[in-house]
Amino acid sequence: MTKFRVNKTKHVDQTKSVSFNFDGKTYYGFEGDTLASALLANGVHLVGRSFKYHRPRGIMSCGSEEPNAICQINEDADLTEPNVRATEIELYEGLIASSQNCWPSVKFDIGGINNFISPFIPAGFYYKTFMWPKSFWKRIYEPLIRMSAGLGKSPTKPDPELYNHKYVHCDVLIIGGGISGIIASKIAAKNNLKTILIEDKNILGGSTIFQKNENYKINNKFSSEWINEQIAELKKLDNLTIKTRTSLAAYHSYNYLLAKENISDHLPLNKRNGDIRQRLWKIRADKVIVATGALERPLVFNNNDRPGIMLSNSVKKYLDFYGVSCGLNNVIFTNNDSAYETAVSFKEKGLSVEIIDIRKKSNSKIVKNAEKLGIKIYWNSTIVNTFGYRKINSVEIMNLSEDGSNVVGDKNRINCDCLAISGGWTPMVHMHTQSGGKLDFRELDKTFIPNEIDQNHINVGSCNGDFELEDIINNTNNKVKNFLKVSESDFENISVFNSKELDKRNIWLLPSYISEGKCKSFIDFQNDSTAKDIKLALREGFKSIEHVKRYTTTGMATDQGKLSNMHALGIIAETAGVKMGTLGTTTFRPPFTPLTFGSIVGRSVGKFFDTIRKTSIHEWHIQNNAKFENVGQWKRPWYYPINDEGLHDAVQRESKAARDSAGILDASTLGKIDIQGTDASEFLNRVYTNAWSKLGIGKCRYGLMLNEDGMVYDDGVTTRLGENHYLMTTTTGGAANVLSKLEDYLQTEWPELDVYLTSVTDHYSTASICGPNSKKILTKIFPDKDFSDDTFPHMSYQNGKIDEIDCRIMRISFTGELSYEINIESKYGKSLWEKCIEAGKEFKITPYGTETMHLLRAEKGFIIVGQDTDGTMTPIDLQMDWIVSKKKYDFIGKRSLYRSDTIREDRKQLVGLLTDDPNEILEEGAQIVSDMSKKPIEMIGHVTSSYFSPNLNKSIALAVVKSGKKMNGQKLIVPMENKNINVTVSDSVFLDKENKRINA
Amino acid sequence: MFLINCPYCGERDQSEFSCGGEAHIVRPKQPTELSDDQWAEYLFMRKNIKGVQFERWNHAHGCRKWFNMVRDTSNDKIHAIYKMGEKPPVE
Ligand SMILES: [Zn+2]
Repeated sequence: MTKFRVNKTKHVDQTKSVSFNFDGKTYYGFEGDTLASALLANGVHLVGRSFKYHRPRGIMSCGSEEPNAICQINEDADLTEPNVRATEIELYEGLIASSQNCWPSVKFDIGGINNFISPFIPAGFYYKTFMWPKSFWKRIYEPLIRMSAGLGKSPTKPDPELYNHKYVHCDVLIIGGGISGIIASKIAAKNNLKTILIEDKNILGGSTIFQKNENYKINNKFSSEWINEQIAELKKLDNLTIKTRTSLAAYHSYNYLLAKENISDHLPLNKRNGDIRQRLWKIRADKVIVATGALERPLVFNNNDRPGIMLSNSVKKYLDFYGVSCGLNNVIFTNNDSAYETAVSFKEKGLSVEIIDIRKKSNSKIVKNAEKLGIKIYWNSTIVNTFGYRKINSVEIMNLSEDGSNVVGDKNRINCDCLAISGGWTPMVHMHTQSGGKLDFRELDKTFIPNEIDQNHINVGSCNGDFELEDIINNTNNKVKNFLKVSESDFENISVFNSKELDKRNIWLLPSYISEGKCKSFIDFQNDSTAKDIKLALREGFKSIEHVKRYTTTGMATDQGKLSNMHALGIIAETAGVKMGTLGTTTFRPPFTPLTFGSIVGRSVGKFFDTIRKTSIHEWHIQNNAKFENVGQWKRPWYYPINDEGLHDAVQRESKAARDSAGILDASTLGKIDIQGTDASEFLNRVYTNAWSKLGIGKCRYGLMLNEDGMVYDDGVTTRLGENHYLMTTTTGGAANVLSKLEDYLQTEWPELDVYLTSVTDHYSTASICGPNSKKILTKIFPDKDFSDDTFPHMSYQNGKIDEIDCRIMRISFTGELSYEINIESKYGKSLWEKCIEAGKEFKITPYGTETMHLLRAEKGFIIVGQDTDGTMTPIDLQMDWIVSKKKYDFIGKRSLYRSDTIREDRKQLVGLLTDDPNEILEEGAQIVSDMSKKPIEMIGHVTSSYFSPNLNKSIALAVVKSGKKMNGQKLIVPMENKNINVTVSDSVFLDKENKRINA
Repeated sequence: MFLINCPYCGERDQSEFSCGGEAHIVRPKQPTELSDDQWAEYLFMRKNIKGVQFERWNHAHGCRKWFNMVRDTSNDKIHAIYKMGEKPPVE
């Protein structure tokens, strides 16, 4: 046992030793310790360096508010995790932890030089200094800032652990398992409400669980004894679910809450067995009771950040809960009664303690008890300076002036190795405000307390501003009964003995004999901002609390200012001479404490990240060596390499085969919408730019769909299957959006139309066969059918049968080649495909993928929506004026086609580009310029599609160029990193302008 | 995360819905007769107010029906939900 382990408690098992490693050194703690309590038991206070000045910092608290003891754990493992609070890590055998933000070591730290030049690093220093010269940013300032900033290291490998999500509904959710949460849970569950209680620690009971002294009694028992009885009864209630190690992360509107449960974080790595590490609970509660407690405030005085300076109630918890004395020579510095509890605990265990109290006097019972125990109290005094580098060794105190604004009299030095400070309490109103609740300012003790008007939750206990035991019990009991509209309660006539009083003397910034400019009085410990920084920001003209916060970075670290916000507000209000309640507060945003990415994404990782859609022919593609590309959620064959063929060679071969003999493409992924109803033709007239009324049954037509702003949105071929029946195809990626858009118009703008839309994308598989031999192959598959041009011309459709299975045959083409598409019910897709391959064998039918499809259509100058268009192209820009009906009165987007902007002649327009060197292939996305001499060089367009065409034996490209329509034959330049490529504007149709192939 | 009472399905989680922006903007019946300014008013101009706002919502991962909602954007209180074509509630 170390000399700091002074006390035996039931919460730490001193028979079970646990070894761990901190900053390369092995230590021992006990089962039940946190990393922080075990370090303190070993006399280790120094655990990190501050963010800006790299000042030595020590453990300050015992909970989630901890600003200093931020560790990297298990640094060498895949599971390494930065920014973990030592106060929250349960100690386990083999835990490896290290300080963050210090290099090369926590004891010798190069960044510490910032501390000596700190007069030159005021608020906004980075904004001001690194502005100039601009050229220094990339090579000097940024790397420098990045190296010295940053807290911790991210893991470099994929997270090997599992995370889960769970959805639950309940009547009542209670947040916080302290005394008021326990009272609320018991009332709710005993009145037959389905109740969930969540608590972030591993046991219930809050601070009452270690309250074992004569100063606080409930029903004549020590309060720890009483609360243990309550917990034992709670555990027997059937309709109560208790979740410990579960912290509330977010409280959204309509009582939707997220809570993170730690399942295996407290286990040694070798006992985790690959089970779930953390679970994110998604809770929808009918009613919520917030019982999150309060945080102790620090005091702001000169050099208030040395290791060994800790929050008073935390010091008490280390002593009474973990059995660890944070010092052997303790001094308490307070402005209120609650720190006297810590003093009494020290004294009862025979440890040395003295009290410095800002107040002039107090007559409460606990103060009298302290005096009776012989504890020395320095009244009306403040600390003006502290000493000790790696750990505090003494403080200097002086008397306060009458109004507390200054110090008077002589300096007095007191030695100590632990300074416990208490500036009073701040209710944890985070949950209340996250849910949209407002706050009221209570002048009496300078706190913000929840305003519950119009809320679907209540706050009970100290998060509601009830700090004294009888208020906590009685108010919680009454409030919960009213809120839940129930009457049964075990907490009606509880007798309470309490010895504290609420009075305190609040001084936001304590004075010193040292001038304010030379004092380092920290407000935000994690982000290293001082009272001076805030005053400077105010002098420089910042007024809004949100601006001061961002300028000084106060409250913007990973602890979100849990300890600093109140002091920042107080000093701003005081300096600006405004009332604190009128200043507002900064916004508390979720998560309350940082969440792991793993818990946020849950199981949606790897192959579960998104839905994968495969066509019914997918297996065949795999067997035939296809390489796939993702198109939306679909896996589409990209190309089919033979042996070790690369993309380029495979595509050249496939493209040539498709034009010379026959190619086959799996087109099943194209969106398909079945349209029926007596107004189907009228509907198509309204959604496409061209006319549809006269399309004969059995005919197909290409359509272009615009947004209401006139820009091209989607395209595809629609077939008239019957009088009132059409089959629309859409792009693969646009299918879902097109259906939604059409539904929107039908439901909201044109409810009078008799039209029904059904997505049938997954219902049919499609094999598309093209090439001069495609007609012969179709004839083999459908021997009874007449495929002559007269009976089955281009852009028409017929029904067919393969082995008694119905299918639809469309003669349509996206390649510019003679081409047919066969649609069949998806379950027969693969056998249809195999039949086509079999029939095509004698013509060396070649399967081709999306890359070849893109090349073939580019040769023909067909656009791909989303590749050659980007939401800023009208049909006129695409030189597709022919598809825009002049006769139709209206269609979606029509009016926008003659807005002043869309009729500009210098819009970017689609053109073809030919490289002067036919072997030079342009890069898609490359910029296009016409004049290299005038700086800055004007970029007049960019390449949208580019390929080497094996059928034309030259490089071809599509591009959008300002005023491109008028530029045919003009020379332009595509500047690349190493060279300028000379190109000539051409027609965008490179092959078979006369459509001889399609109609062959 | 709201709880939205779809007029066709009942209360469902907000994740099933998508918001379609301001409600009661009727597509002009005779767009060709509008000036550029009038058309732009329909096409681009949307309110984004702090306070009570009329919105279109779609039960996208449910019945796929569109409906209207009156929502206070300052506190996310939903004051009314009504079907397409129905008159907005007064007050
Ligand atoms: Zn619905």
